[in-house]
Amino acid sequence: MTTSSISKGCFVFKPSTKKKKRTSDAEDYFINGSEDCENSKQRFRLCQKLWENMKSETESVQDDLNKKILDSLLEFARKSAYSFMSREEDWASHMRASEIPVAALVLGVNLTDHNMTLQSLSDRLQQSVTPFVVSIQAKEGTAVKYLLQKVLQRLTGVSMDKDEEEASTDLPQKRAHCSLSSLCDWYMTVCKDPSGISPGKKRSSSEMNFSANPPIIIIFKDLEAFSPRVLQAFILICSQYTQQLPLLFIFGIATSPSTIQHMLPHSVTSLLCIKLFHSSSCSKHLATVIEKLVLTPHFPFKPSGKVLQVLVGLFLYHDFSVHNFIKGLQLALLEHFYSQPLSVLCCKKQDAVVRAQQLSHQEVEKIRQLPSFMRFVEEQEPREQVELLTNDERVKEVCQKLLKGLRRYHKNFLPILRCLHVLTSSLPKYPLGKQIRELHVTCLETNVWETEEYESALQLLRILAKDDLLTDLQRCVEILRPGKTKELRDAHKQLQDLTDRFQQLDASTDHSAPDGHVEFRVDDRFSGNGLQKKTDLFQLQKTLLQMKESHRTKKRSPFELLRNETIAYFDSLVKMHLTRPESQPLYEVCYCTSSGTLRHHLNATPRTSIQMALTHPYCYLQNEALRSETGAISSAAPDVCIMYKLHLECGRLINLYDWLEAYSTVVTAAEGDDPDPSEKGKVDEIRHARFIRAVSELEFLGFLKSTKQKTDHVARLTWGGC
Amino acid sequence: MSALLHHPGYDDDRLRLLMEKLPCRETQVSTLLALMGEPEQYCYPSIFIYGQRATGKSHVTQTLLRELQLPHAVVSCVECVSVGILFEQVLLTFFGSSSSNSLPRYPSLSDFIRLYRQFCGQVPATQTRYIVLDRAELLRDMDANLLPGFLRLQELVEDNLTVILLSQIVWDKFRPNTGCFEPLLLHFPNYNKAELQEILAQDTHPSYSSELYSSYINILLGVFYSVCRDVRELRHLAALNFPKFCEPLETGEAKEKDAHKLWRNIEPHLKKAMQTVYLREVSSVQWEEQQTDERETADRRGLSAHEHVELPYYSKYLLIAAYLASYNPARTDRRFFLKHHGKIKKTNFLKKHEKTSNHLLGPKPFPLDRLLAIFYSVVDSRVAPTASVFSQISSLVTLQLLSQTSHDDQLDAPKYKCAVSLDFIQAIARTVGFDILRYLYDFL
Repeated sequence: MTTSSISKGCFVFKPSTKKKKRTSDAEDYFINGSEDCENSKQRFRLCQKLWENMKSETESVQDDLNKKILDSLLEFARKSAYSFMSREEDWASHMRASEIPVAALVLGVNLTDHNMTLQSLSDRLQQSVTPFVVSIQAKEGTAVKYLLQKVLQRLTGVSMDKDEEEASTDLPQKRAHCSLSSLCDWYMTVCKDPSGISPGKKRSSSEMNFSANPPIIIIFKDLEAFSPRVLQAFILICSQYTQQLPLLFIFGIATSPSTIQHMLPHSVTSLLCIKLFHSSSCSKHLATVIEKLVLTPHFPFKPSGKVLQVLVGLFLYHDFSVHNFIKGLQLALLEHFYSQPLSVLCCKKQDAVVRAQQLSHQEVEKIRQLPSFMRFVEEQEPREQVELLTNDERVKEVCQKLLKGLRRYHKNFLPILRCLHVLTSSLPKYPLGKQIRELHVTCLETNVWETEEYESALQLLRILAKDDLLTDLQRCVEILRPGKTKELRDAHKQLQDLTDRFQQLDASTDHSAPDGHVEFRVDDRFSGNGLQKKTDLFQLQKTLLQMKESHRTKKRSPFELLRNETIAYFDSLVKMHLTRPESQPLYEVCYCTSSGTLRHHLNATPRTSIQMALTHPYCYLQNEALRSETGAISSAAPDVCIMYKLHLECGRLINLYDWLEAYSTVVTAAEGDDPDPSEKGKVDEIRHARFIRAVSELEFLGFLKSTKQKTDHVARLTWGGC
Repeated sequence: MSALLHHPGYDDDRLRLLMEKLPCRETQVSTLLALMGEPEQYCYPSIFIYGQRATGKSHVTQTLLRELQLPHAVVSCVECVSVGILFEQVLLTFFGSSSSNSLPRYPSLSDFIRLYRQFCGQVPATQTRYIVLDRAELLRDMDANLLPGFLRLQELVEDNLTVILLSQIVWDKFRPNTGCFEPLLLHFPNYNKAELQEILAQDTHPSYSSELYSSYINILLGVFYSVCRDVRELRHLAALNFPKFCEPLETGEAKEKDAHKLWRNIEPHLKKAMQTVYLREVSSVQWEEQQTDERETADRRGLSAHEHVELPYYSKYLLIAAYLASYNPARTDRRFFLKHHGKIKKTNFLKKHEKTSNHLLGPKPFPLDRLLAIFYSVVDSRVAPTASVFSQISSLVTLQLLSQTSHDDQLDAPKYKCAVSLDFIQAIARTVGFDILRYLYDFL
């Protein structure tokens, strides 16, 4: 950009409002760098479509979750608006101090999620209660003046801020000060003449629904971040207009409602009429989102166990933000479609089958290279093996079959997973996890029946009381009922059968009662023995073993037999259906496994990157000369890297002169000329300057600081090193 | 009484009416009237009225000026986010809208005075004009020349004008360093119990006798007088609890005469009100709902009952680390977080001032480095120093669980303070199974 000015100085260029022509869109980025353009385009489209589906699903989940609380909030708003209109008649409302109704909405500490909730809240309020809804953020209200300005500006749609340029043009007329009294005037005129409601906003369709005096709702998005002084002043001002304006505040609270009392003194809180609203907890929210996005056969895309662990870990350890979790899932989706060429097959069953038919030779080759497919091939007969390795058509055929198999596997996997969760989630100490997502991750990572936890869970199940077992069974039956595959229908039938038999036991309970009694007696005898003896650990163990022995030999009640049968059946179900996905051929098509990339992108480690750059400059500079064996200081490296490596060898305090010497030696060696003995001890000026610059760069990066403990020394700020 | 009522220049009937509207403030009203003199006479340039909340300062002043139909402008300083609004409102009430429009964009006091004189020349004052500045303590935070200017405004604009300042703070706290014109001081004392009784008993419920209401007020004051003398608040409480008081009368269990029965019915209720609705633990509407529906009270806990805050795992540890850094002397960190620290004797080890309990002294600021060092040693797994860990610190600041003591601009080695209580941190520590008392120097 140029100016007509001849003086040198800073000029402000405001960005022009015209949109610049987009140079490249997402699709171009996606295709960029891949050899097969058509394939990537297809993948991109698939990815977009899938993401849109998932997004609409999450949105509906969020709407459902917030529905209850939003509805009660709307009800509250309506009620307070009504009470504003209907007052002035009776004695009590005349007597009562006019308070501003406040809805304190406790949203949890996941600050990034608040925007979504509050946005949908404000949309719904605008649709059904009042056109006058303003959202204010703390950073917009650093002083009462700005706060008022923002509120008025957004309500009236008139720009109140008196910027230098605008002011000169419309000075005499638009001298309206931003005070609530001007808001009052505006409100009166708007209420009399509803057609003129806020210019520039489209609300014509729903205007008729509003009552005569629609309330003015001000949403404080992040109450904690507001300065208490500003908030107090604002409330005081507003409280003087409660007679004229039906004001209503909504406080978005992240921590706990007692913050209100911490921020506002009693003289101010006594002007408010606060009602609490609690939103659902974020872990519940996460569980629903996982349920709808991951634990469902609707979406062909599946995150692997590691990916889920990364995402859930970020959620639990760092931010509690469901929004970020969904974004992470989106990233995983993108990454999968971007990096896995075979993800063209990751779509609905019919599409996938059709697409498998149209695979190109290259893609078939890629399928052959898939580890899971290779394993599959190895299991086949030799003749079939040759066929699979040479004939493309054969591969396509098998591929279709395998895709169908994979889909069937998913259809079976999830209901059985749920059943297992139902059974194990009520066990003491939760051997397989309290939440279904933990169990899910275990099942994705390993064959669950090989774990110790599964063993202990089964043992606990074998001693479960009848009532618990029966209710669990009934729930499992419910879960399996809608199953469509043959296996699920079988399982459903079998379980139904078992449940019936349990219930029949109930009818013939008289028989089993004496048995149980005998059992107790046996136990008593053993425990009695145990008490009489001096109990040492060895003895105890022996007794316990004996007891176990006796249990084994003892005649079991029909209930116990049935219980064991049930558990055994469950075990077989688990072993049949809960195999880990990696054992399935072609699992790479659906499962995103790049957890490392995800972690890299989502959980950035600035310091590790800096250290990486300093120790291995090749990594970032990609200069062949820098590729060196570890440990040695490459003299071709940038000055900072050399200095960094040298400083690792020093103690807490670094003598600058020694450092300079060392640096100079390294650099001189690089330049190849032998140090002239006469010039020994002297350092060339340029090298000196480079040294000084590198020192200050290291200081800037936070590895050093100047110290006064010793002259000509600097202090290290990091520990460790060579 | 008649002597009080008679002031030259004002209609006696009107004065009597005025006195009825302002019960228990007769002395103040007559002092004010005496100060004001006859409407045409010049009054003292500035009057400063002070007294506690809800002692009738604004009410008395405004009713007086309104009832006697004197020209006056009432401005609440809390609304004046800029001085422009203040000037505008004054000019608007005295000279109409044309005057306020001629104010420049960022008016100064001299602009105001110039304009005032200009318009005053067109419409000279026949009676004393009054400017009432409510919550005058906020004037101190505005331009430095504003308060002294208002105090001698009469002199500056050369008009029959008096400024009345209303405030809850005593004049001593106002006096600027550079000195100023001293206003006349007038104190409004708190209402005593009898006066409160008299004032509150005036709003009788239309469907009950005034004696009943008066006895109700008596009971109410018996409970609340010790904690609250705010007329406004008491009126509010009276209105909230009156339906409950009338309940036995409605159902026919008691008659208006059964004072003891009524008292027994209402007294525990009022005591409960003192702990909840008076402190706004429970809002007024909820309180009313509770009265109609007694069963629901179980889940209606007050605001401060919800102390529990759910935090991400590392945020919890960061908060714990911040608490330890705030309440332990930095010199003791070696002892708590190093494996082979050796024995440190408590008595010789610390300086004298450190021997007092740190919890009595409140949290101390600590640098970010120390927070992270403690964090890495208390958290049980290896944590990579990722960006999310750092962003959690700033989100803890946003949540006001930590507070930043260094300036926002200081990017290098920022300092923080932990802003949570011991109970809170103990609850947090319990959820992660961390015995925080073992790490606190005060509890060794």
